Amino acid sequence: MSEKKPSLWLRIYSILVYGFIYAPILILIIFSFNTQKLNVHWEGFTFHWYGVLFNDAQIILATRNTLLIALVSTLVATIIGTMAALAMYRYRFPLYNASETVMYIPIVIPEVVMGISLLVFFVMINFNLGLSTITLSHIAFSIPFVALVVRARLHGYDKSIDEAAMDLGANEITTFRRVTLPTIMPGVLAGAMLALTLSLDDYVITYFTAGPGSTTLPLRVFSMVKTAVTPEINALSTIWVLIIFILLLIGQIVQRKKA
Amino acid sequence: MKKIRVFCFVLLVLSMILTACSGTKKATTLNLYAWSEYVPQQLLDDFSTKYGITVNYDTYSSNEEMLAKLQAGASGYDVIVPSDYTVAIMIKQGMLETIDTSKLANFGNLDPRFVNRDYDPGNKYSIPYQWGTTGLVYDNILVSSEPKSWSDLWDPAYKDRLVFLDDEREVIGMALEVLGYDRNSTNPDELNQAEQKLIELKPNILKFDSDAPETAIISGETWAGLVYNGNASLALAEDSNVAYICPTEGCTIWFDNLAIPKGAPHMDTAMLFLDWVLDPQQSILITKEFPYSNPNKAALDLLRTDDPALYESYMAFSGTNPDDTFLANTKPIVDVGEATAIYDSLWTDFKSK
Repeated sequence: MSEKKPSLWLRIYSILVYGFIYAPILILIIFSFNTQKLNVHWEGFTFHWYGVLFNDAQIILATRNTLLIALVSTLVATIIGTMAALAMYRYRFPLYNASETVMYIPIVIPEVVMGISLLVFFVMINFNLGLSTITLSHIAFSIPFVALVVRARLHGYDKSIDEAAMDLGANEITTFRRVTLPTIMPGVLAGAMLALTLSLDDYVITYFTAGPGSTTLPLRVFSMVKTAVTPEINALSTIWVLIIFILLLIGQIVQRKKA
Repeated sequence: MKKIRVFCFVLLVLSMILTACSGTKKATTLNLYAWSEYVPQQLLDDFSTKYGITVNYDTYSSNEEMLAKLQAGASGYDVIVPSDYTVAIMIKQGMLETIDTSKLANFGNLDPRFVNRDYDPGNKYSIPYQWGTTGLVYDNILVSSEPKSWSDLWDPAYKDRLVFLDDEREVIGMALEVLGYDRNSTNPDELNQAEQKLIELKPNILKFDSDAPETAIISGETWAGLVYNGNASLALAEDSNVAYICPTEGCTIWFDNLAIPKGAPHMDTAMLFLDWVLDPQQSILITKEFPYSNPNKAALDLLRTDDPALYESYMAFSGTNPDDTFLANTKPIVDVGEATAIYDSLWTDFKSK
């Protein structure tokens, strides 16, 4: 690669694109320190809203719910999604094409439709709505995403490596653990990250499948925005952005170390 | 086979974690489904401590959202907070439990003016929680002459100086009243005339905002607007020149109510909670925190000694305590049934012009 500098226009264009994405977030962060409750214009600097946030029992409960649902659903969806991808890669069976198409339907189906159908389903089988129904729903919509990512990783996968491992005496489980899984790990992790993000900020499906005592952060924030936009919401968003930023940073460092 | 066993084990553990977390059901729980920022946390905490009842407070952001969810069959909620017209719809569809007000020791605390309203005669299914009006707010200093009627807003001097709620029933209803029709009209001809009238007003409307229209008044960006009394109260808190009136043609009155959905799992706890909210000691917490009007007369009497400054400002402001002439000029919004579709299409058409 030559050390050619990008043209002026490309640079201006890039700055504009970055600005378009990040300027609103920056403004949001700045206004989380605003003293004015209505947050119309800048009045003065304060940490007050962070105090309010950490004492807001509803927000804390919602955060707990959100993290719990996200972690459990990500774990289960990653396991099932990876297994599905492996099965689709290894075996040919009757209705292979049909089952492949059906598996990806949740990706394209409008969220509202999926939300309502899940709600009607849970009500029909008399399943009490709550954390468990939200988690099950999140697992359901995350599986195809994980499967899709893992399958992409499997695309160039050489079956003969597995066969070689087994020739050398490893049984199926050892082969999977020591050979297959490490090879597809980046795909599995990427799928898990995707599932985690989807679960963390899902609103529509969560809204339909939520029951008493299972309000998640997105549900909570959305209903707060409707009635009272205070800098508390900005403070909450700032903390989220910060956490995600730190996670990304850690990810980068880990990758660099590996390389 | 071993793999399957491991997988089953993982699933089992996960389901155990899940049930452990969702299974924090004590002997008594109250599942409250209400608007967010609408029930004071202290009121709930005190209720929990006093009776040893766990309160789950889940939130929705519109009547329609709550209604859609309950209609689809979501259950488990003990107390909901529907607005007046939603109460009427839910009664019609048999979605509410009857409330025996004789069993509520504190029911008598309510101002007789705000019980037994048309949407629920005899309060068989609901009790008022908070109420308010939708009227005309304006900044005394900015307007050249104080508006008295809605039709004053058609004055070209208001070009780009009005903020309106993004609410089809309120805005179209206002135009209907300016034309001398009923604000709940279902007559397509009258509705079309209302739209034409509104199109004439369009150049004056700077923006539609239901979430925080008060900000446009406080910043001075707009001079007047059609807002809820709560918005007017918030605007007044930041800007003492703000006035709030019910224009000559009339304005809207609304009630949010406590009700118990059909099949509520904890009926007795729900009744206990209703009575708790009507207790003046608890009810003043609501007024201290939220800028709407309190239908609880005993609570306002208590507020006089408890927080004289707040009582003064509550009583003095037409947004929280409208006088009888103001109230006589108010009318509720009622469900228009099939005509809702006409309202929807007129509103979309009007906004796109």
